[in-house]
Amino acid sequence: MSTETMVRESGRAARPDVTVNDFSIQVATVNGSGSQSSNTVLMRSIFQMGVPVSGKNLFPSNIAGLPTWFTIRANKDGYIARKKEIDLLIAMNAETAREDVADLPPGGAVIYEDTLKLSELRPDLTYYPVPFVELAKQVTPETKLRKLLANMIYVGVAGELLSIDHDEIKKAIAKQFKSKAKAVALNQSAVDVGREYARTKLKAPLALKVERLNKTAGKILVDGNAAAAMGAMFAGVTVVTWYPITPSSSVCEQLIDFMKEYRIDPDSGKATFAIVQAEDELAALGMALGAGWAGARSMTSTSGPGISLMAEFAGLGYFAEVPAVIFDIQRVGPSTGLPTRTSQADILCAYYLSHGDTKHIVLLPATVSECFDLAIEAFDLAERFQTPVFVLSDLDLGMNVWMSDPFQYPEKPIDRGKVLTAEDLARTSKFERYRDVDGDGIPYRTLPGTRHPLASYFTRGSGHNERAMYSERPQDYKNLLDRLAKKHETARRHVPVPVVDDNPKAEVGLLAFGTTHWAILESRDQLKNEHGTETKYLRLKALPFTADVFSFIKGCKRVYVVEQNRDAQMAQLVRLEVLAAEEGASEVGQVQKIRSILHYTGLPIDARFITDQILAAEAGRI
Amino acid sequence: MSTVVSPPPKENRIGLTLADYKGAASTLCSGCGHDAITSQLIKAFFELGVDPYRVAKLSGIGCSSKTPAYFLSKSHGFNAVHGRMPSVATGTVLANRTLLAVGVSGDGDTASIGAGQFVHLLRRNLPFVYVVENNGVYGLTKGQFSATADLGSKLKTGVVNDLPAIDLCIMGIELGATYVARSFAGDPKQLVPLLKGALAHQGTALIDVISPCVTFNNHDGSTKSYTWGKEHEELLHEVGFVPFFEEIQVDYDPGTTLDVELHDGSHVLLKKLHRDYNPTDRGQALSLLRESNEKHEFLTGLFYVDTKRPTFVDLLNVVDEPLATLPTERVRPARKVLDEIMQSLM
Repeated sequence: MSTETMVRESGRAARPDVTVNDFSIQVATVNGSGSQSSNTVLMRSIFQMGVPVSGKNLFPSNIAGLPTWFTIRANKDGYIARKKEIDLLIAMNAETAREDVADLPPGGAVIYEDTLKLSELRPDLTYYPVPFVELAKQVTPETKLRKLLANMIYVGVAGELLSIDHDEIKKAIAKQFKSKAKAVALNQSAVDVGREYARTKLKAPLALKVERLNKTAGKILVDGNAAAAMGAMFAGVTVVTWYPITPSSSVCEQLIDFMKEYRIDPDSGKATFAIVQAEDELAALGMALGAGWAGARSMTSTSGPGISLMAEFAGLGYFAEVPAVIFDIQRVGPSTGLPTRTSQADILCAYYLSHGDTKHIVLLPATVSECFDLAIEAFDLAERFQTPVFVLSDLDLGMNVWMSDPFQYPEKPIDRGKVLTAEDLARTSKFERYRDVDGDGIPYRTLPGTRHPLASYFTRGSGHNERAMYSERPQDYKNLLDRLAKKHETARRHVPVPVVDDNPKAEVGLLAFGTTHWAILESRDQLKNEHGTETKYLRLKALPFTADVFSFIKGCKRVYVVEQNRDAQMAQLVRLEVLAAEEGASEVGQVQKIRSILHYTGLPIDARFITDQILAAEAGRI
Repeated sequence: MSTVVSPPPKENRIGLTLADYKGAASTLCSGCGHDAITSQLIKAFFELGVDPYRVAKLSGIGCSSKTPAYFLSKSHGFNAVHGRMPSVATGTVLANRTLLAVGVSGDGDTASIGAGQFVHLLRRNLPFVYVVENNGVYGLTKGQFSATADLGSKLKTGVVNDLPAIDLCIMGIELGATYVARSFAGDPKQLVPLLKGALAHQGTALIDVISPCVTFNNHDGSTKSYTWGKEHEELLHEVGFVPFFEEIQVDYDPGTTLDVELHDGSHVLLKKLHRDYNPTDRGQALSLLRESNEKHEFLTGLFYVDTKRPTFVDLLNVVDEPLATLPTERVRPARKVLDEIMQSLM
């Protein structure tokens, strides 16, 4: 269907100032009112029109009754970071409606429940009053269902006003409710009622519009936690232990669904995995380490408070050299913090987790496809380095739905690391569990159950020598700590390297990681297109830093480390390790180049914030 | 000149000698109850002819938790962190269900810092032998009361315990363990068959062994001393054990002896002493222990056994082979699976 046809069909006059495929919709509802399905249908139908979208759920730590907001951003250029300004508000929550309206920029539009009487609030907005309660009566006689269906009615209203193709909404409904024919029909009729109402009653033209584009063909929509779960399954995870905590629960919940579907042995009908809901996070990591010690690919997933509880076992895993993968879907801390808001403030905590000298391998996915890839990588690294490996996602990445290219099937064979079997032992005269045979700091291990007189050893979190015997000898302890440090240095050469855009025209470098990436992409374009400021960009994918980080800093005059925490945690780490690298070097002063841009409101960082901060900092420079 | 020929050491059914089941030399105090238990464990493993390569030894932190280093040096061992042996054991058993997992813990490790994990281990009925070396005090930190110290018992310093003791066997029975016994480190005659029964049992076997601390809790006024134990131990029954590979030789009177058949065909024979007792009756087991505690008795024996309840590994419907070593083709789904999932997300 051509653009013109759609405009004509909508029955409203086209406006010259119509913005096409570049806007944000915010749906304000009450938690537990069932708006998730309708929001997904609305977002998916725009996606099916070929327009890049992103959806962000801003929800309370509550089961039902508190306000919740869902933001859909459609952007023809593919920017899918959060955008602060809302162009179209769908106000379904009486409690927040007035404040929501007050927050709109001039020229915004509001679809709202008629009885809320919002139109007198501000003269500079376009109002679309809809009698949702009355309309819902047309859809169903069942009062219980009406509340849910009112949500689907706004999909119809918004779809009509935005010129979203009717068939795409229909397709999105079919996908959402899968084979449940009754639900499909009911929801479709709610959409139709909304659509019809808008077509006949809402005559004010909307300055926003969706036009068919070709930028989503072959793309998928998925949340980062589902992606991480898929990664774990394709990594061949066999033991999964977890304790429910927002925002990480959906990693293991979705993993359970995938594993039940795809990891049941066809011959025996038995599971090639064990998934345990543990009594707490201490036990969750304890189980994962017990399984890792016995040779399984094991994992747990958690968030801030759980990470704090896991500190003791993380130290054991590091010191006794036992593999496990720990997904940390970061939320706002400290303490309980804001359980349903996003943050990147577990960097230092995860990197150094435990008392004593400890440094872990940490992976930093920024995209859903990296949640998948780095999950697989994490299991290989954990077994290769015989140590806990952290994957630091965040609530924004984990719980929101993101557009992505389809994930790539892992081509690299699974790496089980340096494990000696009974056959390997038969070919040798000696096995010492903690001896650095290869000079890379990584010793060899055997698994319990290995049938060979040389195989057994005693694993302990107390001091031990190369033969795994208890030892308090000063030199044994120092040798062990030094070997673990060497192993960490080896990891520096094996962890995923950063993604670098070494723009030769730029003096300014941006350094970021995780979901900050999306706002950086957009901000770099703003800086270049609006202000002529060129930037280089390095995006970290792992800790410890690889050599690329140091050479990137050398190549910049100023480096802005952009992150979503208060204490500039990554910048501190960069300074620390740059200083260490500079020790004894002739050229000093790299540390002075490092500045910070920090966002820590619990909301995802947005491009304009970064752009403004960089411009201000650059302007203040002498 | 005569040559003294020592007889060859006795071999068990898999051709190993008692020495093959030993470990490193103990570093505990001379006369420690824990060392006595270690000896009985070695004896039980040897006489049962357990393959040491199949055994995984686990522990937490404390004097008791050091002991897995002192037996079965051919087996892998894991000295975990304080109070966390249950979780590590759970992961180990799930990773490799063919292992025979045996854990040694103490009263602090189990009843205080580890109470949370202990409770949930019991609920799951993990196939796991859990030996508590219970001396009522913290030894490594030099003699503080633990949560199993009896009300009114006295420290060497004269401090009196004014909190009630946690009865680990009551917890075990109440929360789902399927083989629950109490014994005394000074009673090898009873401990060895109880340990053998635990090793043959499928499910969580909890043995609470009162094990005197010769340094901090072996004085008058202690209810966990050798003297107290020897004077007060009251046997619930006489415990005998016949492994699956031996015939029951001695005739016994079914009127006075109860025969409990375990999963592997071994038998625990419980010969009645003073009272009628059926260890498969959970309610009876709980009231017996409660009454016995009220009377300040030191009752030992097999309190409870349930050979029917499925283990945690069975409940999870895990494949028969160790998960740890399943080949790639069984753990990494095929390319078409990823394609199928990707299609569903488009």
